Amino acid sequence: MSLQVVTANRLGDGLVVFLTADGGWSENIDDARIAEGKEAADALLAEASAPELDVVIVGPYLIDVEQQDGGLVPTKYREVLRTKGPSVREDLGYQAV
Amino acid sequence: MYRYDDFDRQLVQERTEQFREQVKRRLAGDITEEQFRPLRLMNGVYLQLHAYMLRVAIPYGTLRADQLRELGGIARKYDKGYGHFTTRQNIQYNWPKLDEIPDALLDLANVEMHAIQTSGNCIRNTTTDQYAGAAADEIEDPRPYCELIRQWSTFHPEFTYLPRKFKIAVTGSPNDRAAVKVHDIGLRMHQNDAGETGFEVIVGGGLGRTPFVGKTIRDFIGKNDLFSYLEAILRVYNRFGRRDNKYKARIKILVHEEGIEKIRDLVEEEWAQIKDGSLRVGDEEIAHYIAQFTPPAFEALSDDDADFEVHKAANRRFFNWVRSNVIAHKQPGYAIANVSLKPIGGIPGDATDTQMELVADLSEKYSFGDVRVTHEQNLVLPHVKKADLFALWTALDAAGLGTANLGYVTDIISCPGLDYCALATARSIPLSQRISERFGDLERQHDIGELKIKISGCINACGHHHVGHIGILGLDKRGKEFYQITLGGDASQDAAIGKIAGAGFSEAEVVDAIESLVTKYIDIRESGERFIDTYRRVGMDPFKEVLYGDR
Amino acid sequence: MAIVKNDSVIEQDWITVDAEGDLPSSDENLIVPLARFKEERDTLLGRNGGLGVQLNPGDAPEDLADDLDRLSIITVNFPAYTDGRGYSYGRVLRERMGFKGELRAIGDVLRDQILYMHRCGFDSYDLKVDGETALTKVRAALKEMSVYYQPTGDGRATAQSLRERRRATLG
Ligand code: HEM
Ligand code: SF4
Repeated sequence: MSLQVVTANRLGDGLVVFLTADGGWSENIDDARIAEGKEAADALLAEASAPELDVVIVGPYLIDVEQQDGGLVPTKYREVLRTKGPSVREDLGYQAV
Repeated sequence: MYRYDDFDRQLVQERTEQFREQVKRRLAGDITEEQFRPLRLMNGVYLQLHAYMLRVAIPYGTLRADQLRELGGIARKYDKGYGHFTTRQNIQYNWPKLDEIPDALLDLANVEMHAIQTSGNCIRNTTTDQYAGAAADEIEDPRPYCELIRQWSTFHPEFTYLPRKFKIAVTGSPNDRAAVKVHDIGLRMHQNDAGETGFEVIVGGGLGRTPFVGKTIRDFIGKNDLFSYLEAILRVYNRFGRRDNKYKARIKILVHEEGIEKIRDLVEEEWAQIKDGSLRVGDEEIAHYIAQFTPPAFEALSDDDADFEVHKAANRRFFNWVRSNVIAHKQPGYAIANVSLKPIGGIPGDATDTQMELVADLSEKYSFGDVRVTHEQNLVLPHVKKADLFALWTALDAAGLGTANLGYVTDIISCPGLDYCALATARSIPLSQRISERFGDLERQHDIGELKIKISGCINACGHHHVGHIGILGLDKRGKEFYQITLGGDASQDAAIGKIAGAGFSEAEVVDAIESLVTKYIDIRESGERFIDTYRRVGMDPFKEVLYGDR
Repeated sequence: MAIVKNDSVIEQDWITVDAEGDLPSSDENLIVPLARFKEERDTLLGRNGGLGVQLNPGDAPEDLADDLDRLSIITVNFPAYTDGRGYSYGRVLRERMGFKGELRAIGDVLRDQILYMHRCGFDSYDLKVDGETALTKVRAALKEMSVYYQPTGDGRATAQSLRERRRATLG
């Protein structure tokens, strides 16, 4: 069954974040709360779309992920880039630290 | 160069304050993202893959030294030490924080710059020939008219909610370096039979998913009448342009669906009613703007400079740079120096904070403090004494800005693609880097000659792939990047939209595919032919064959 | 819902009718869509009450050329603020056709567009908020900018005209 997490951009600085288990937002995809199956995914997205979060994050959406070496990796390359940073500037974005 | 007066200054300052309030309202939760989005877009703030992006207008591609220095300062202060110059003569910053953007805009306002109308369905930043006021082939400097267009279009109350974005480009030279035929309106300066200088007006060009070369709506419009004529076109477009489908909303679709004759009738009918109104610009006012762009204080020099020749003979790398990057100036003893932002294997159009500051310093020293930004993502010092070229090149070269490749196969236009852009279907920068490395050898590049490769990371065509001699469009095929090649595009006065060669190539195959096209061209070219000339002579088939064989 | 005109909140004195259906009694003030006005022109002009017309996007204001002085109000509908056709209708009505009555923006009328509407000839705004809020918004919007580049029919001095005046005084 497909695994999904919710991602968005943080309002203040625009950086990529993921919805965590305790309802917060983390820059690290490994902290993300995982939804298994459509129902869980819909619930997760609904939680992320709550109007009061409009002052925290922008544009939440679901992405498909896989478990790999104990971490989470998005299945789409676009989303992989979002967890890392530009492939042409490895000194920038999350991959830099 | 045009200097803001107190009216211009006040307008930008009021706008900056207005946006600061809007950001404050947004961060406090007084307005929602849905309400805020159009407001931020109107101020050049996008949300991209990794962060916000700020797009700053460089009106008609002209910068003063202090402005370029400030662009470098902003890169350091609010971003990560670099900026990206685009095909629209804008600069984009990739990492600004929303709560700091109002400060960045204030810093910009202090040097008479802004991010107004760099997004949204309004009249965008007007672009022109980067060699304006310097080119030997120019009929007249187009910048006074560009400045008048800038003012006329800024916060135009009637045309801020058009069906779609609207781009105007102007060329003052018969050799079009501003790609005017692929803009919503292209203006080409020329003289009519009576010997007056005016504009040919071309409408309905554009790239994106349905590319078109624009059509001439009027052979000649006098300078005094230009603005009422533009207003007539915009009014017809605002009233009759399609709004039911955003992919069919550009004026090119209106022109295509209704036919140029019908659009011409509508525009002429509209124009007849407003041409004697308040938009008629008098000779005195035009003269006032021309005076703002008077040529700098050139010295009377002989066109030959002995030292320059000595350096050329003694230093092969300098010779190479002059050969490709320096072009003729209208003033004897001066030259136009192009600063390539395409180092071999580098990111096309990116410049660091210190590079921007260096070019600003060098422009003060050698080019009357005048810098230009080109739609091919390079910089220009337009007025350099031939005697100073060697010193200039030495300083540029030391900062990684002395690459000798203007117009060559490694002078590639590339959009940001999937490395930054939220709309992308594939990466474009890494591909441009690999092509650049493959053809890195300078003598080989020189032998290949002018060859324009243009790469876009999706069908929106920000990288102008439709008008590349070789165009490359990045697509997504079942989760894998693949690249479609078009041939025969041209953005010049002989504008043409490239034709798709055939099935796309994988990321691994595409550089070899490009090389096979170049090899074929070398094999079959006749003396003096550029790639595009050979293509026009022999057509698609020989090239298709090297790409696909019997496939 | 509140209508702001001339720096105050005004009453809704008009009944807007649909494209079809019975007309209210003869002395009510009516606003009818342009299409209906064209069809039932004579009947409508023969009534006692005031008459206005509503323009929707795609309508041609030119269709009202012969009847402008019999209309007290024209409403221009902005179904979404992004649909900017109404701006052109406003300028055509005011600057070309010389309409002198009330020109009201209706529909998705938001604070950030009001100044542009005013510059295009509108003099009243129907906002989807209460009266006090509406008035505050309109006031703020109308004074947000003080420099204008384009000559329109709103009578505001453009930067260009001010520059010329200044050059003339400096002699
Ligand atoms: C990274 C954020 C960007 C976004 C979201 C974006 C978005 C778009 C979109 C949606 C279009 C298609 C419009 C249409 O056909 O109606 C477009 C066209 C275009 N953009 Fe971008 N773009 C971006 C960056 C750039 C850059 C970096 C450049 C310059 C290198 C650029 C220059 C252009 C040009 C020249 C066109 C096509 C020509 C035309 O208007 O027909 N854009 N862009
Ligand atoms: S062409 Fe596509 S990928 Fe490239 S910048 Fe434009 S929208 Fe982004």
